[in-house]
Amino acid sequence: MAQNKALLEVKDLSVRFARRDGAPVDAVQRVSFSLDKGKTLGIVGESGSGKSQTVMALLGLLAKNGKVSGEALYNDTNLLTMNDAALNRIRGDRIGMIFQDPMTSLNPFLTIERQMTETLQLHRKLSRREAKQRAIETLERVRIPDAARRIGMYPHEFSGGMRQRVMIAMALLSEPEILIADEPTTALDVTVQAQIIELLRELNRERGTAIILITHDMGVVAGLCDDVMVMYAGQTVEQAPAQQLFAAPTHPYTIGLLNALPRLTDDDDQPLQTIPGNPPLPGMATQGCAFAPRCTYAEERCRTTRPALEPTEGEAHALRACHRPVQAIAEVL
Amino acid sequence: MPPVSLTVVDAPPSRSPLATAARRFVRNRAAFVALLLLVVIMLACFVGPLLSSNNAIDSDWSAISLAPTFDNMHWFGTDELGRDLLVRTLVGGRVSLEVGLLGTLVSGLIGVAWGATAGYLGGRVDAVMMRIVDMMYAIPYMLIAILMMTLFGRAFYLVVLTISAFSWLDMARVVRGQTLSLRSREFIDAAKAIGVDSRSIITRHIVPNLIGVVVVYATVTVPGIVLTESVLSFLGLGVQEPMTSWGVLIQDGAQKLESTPWLLLCPALMLCATLYAVSFVGDGLRDALDPKDR
Repeated sequence: MAQNKALLEVKDLSVRFARRDGAPVDAVQRVSFSLDKGKTLGIVGESGSGKSQTVMALLGLLAKNGKVSGEALYNDTNLLTMNDAALNRIRGDRIGMIFQDPMTSLNPFLTIERQMTETLQLHRKLSRREAKQRAIETLERVRIPDAARRIGMYPHEFSGGMRQRVMIAMALLSEPEILIADEPTTALDVTVQAQIIELLRELNRERGTAIILITHDMGVVAGLCDDVMVMYAGQTVEQAPAQQLFAAPTHPYTIGLLNALPRLTDDDDQPLQTIPGNPPLPGMATQGCAFAPRCTYAEERCRTTRPALEPTEGEAHALRACHRPVQAIAEVL
Repeated sequence: MPPVSLTVVDAPPSRSPLATAARRFVRNRAAFVALLLLVVIMLACFVGPLLSSNNAIDSDWSAISLAPTFDNMHWFGTDELGRDLLVRTLVGGRVSLEVGLLGTLVSGLIGVAWGATAGYLGGRVDAVMMRIVDMMYAIPYMLIAILMMTLFGRAFYLVVLTISAFSWLDMARVVRGQTLSLRSREFIDAAKAIGVDSRSIITRHIVPNLIGVVVVYATVTVPGIVLTESVLSFLGLGVQEPMTSWGVLIQDGAQKLESTPWLLLCPALMLCATLYAVSFVGDGLRDALDPKDR
């Protein structure tokens, strides 16, 4: 890592929301990761695990009562301490973002052309005509048929999948080095999901765009990501190369997530596997491991002291936060 | 079975947003007729009096308090000084239309800019800006009007200025409320994520989405302003005899309702027709400018 510097290096990122009544909420706690050029990182976790807030913090999009600490180095500059003007030069230009719901992420009153050319006129100082040409090319790249005509249409004239393509095209206009996709397929139906994932994979392969993919869908991660970070209640619980994580998950929560995936080979009458219980409510301070109350492997110290995120025994590039040794968990499996 | 072609054949050609809006406005019968009516009223007010053999000031001593008639060209009748009411209504319409439309325009511009800025920026800026609005509400506008007129003399632009200076307050509040709900919409986050600065977000993303409320609210503002002008005139702060406005004519007519009812009816009908036309045009505009409404 020393000679080959990471594209984005996030260290100890924490996000805390102040509340008018009661204790502040720690949405993200000391999350660290690094993203190399052309790599893909999946951030996985249930709703409310802090995965979205992590990337929102990177782009300065937190709600007004949110405070962020730690550092996120991009080209030796810390994104977290930048002012809006400086950040505006990076977001949309060097770092693109795709939002979860393509139905609401496009301005209903502006044509696709105006929304797309905005980025280019802003960052690249292109003329309107050049910007339009570029926008049409980008739309064609995400395979929107008849792009030259459709660019003059309004968002409501597109289907959900098409809108998500438009969103991706918007994020790609200025050929960013990093693309952040916040649950890009959640609001879409399954066949369209596959197309979008395929599109992201192509971008990554052909253009070398690094991707941070946020999802709660393990299947999506398996299809796209090099590395995976599993988050629970605002903390990283396991971090490993995707292949390794899927072949040999070492954290009880990861195991639970993987088991919760229904398989076609399962018996019809076999109940769906779930993780018992619910994630802790935000703002609830936990003394021990946040997952302990739902964990089948938990023992006394899991409830009293919080496990640190440490290198997994015997694995070079993996981290886990669990008191129980890997063997103990593997045995019960 | 014939081969199925996947290309869309009967898709409408893509037009510019403005052309689309204009086309849809014309297709809306009620709004289009209302617009024509408004144009006719305006033309009548500004050109009509020049074509008439009567004028607004001179008395016709052979026709005092004459009921509407087609003889003598006094179609709307005359008042107790023998002045032709039709010409006076049209001349008065100049003032009322100018004050109403100009005042609404100015108050709309200030109100939208103020409300959208306060609503979008939020926090302390919002608090300060909206407290200023609250403070302005507390100032009696009549007092300011009297001060302005005594200090600077009676002038038409002062009337417009004074009225506009107070009529944007409601607009600002309505716009701010709407902006607060727009601000949390995802497409605003998406705009931020592509590096759009606050000013452009307000002008390019917030304001177009406000058009519906603004247009509807503006149509409500027009009659309010026309009436405010008549109150000012009644107190001797607006236009003065022998000049007139619809507000003044209606005020006059109301006092002579039993003896000469046409003095109230004729200008009141003109005002009603104008206000109806304005609200239909406003409604049509809102529909035409909303891209989702096809």
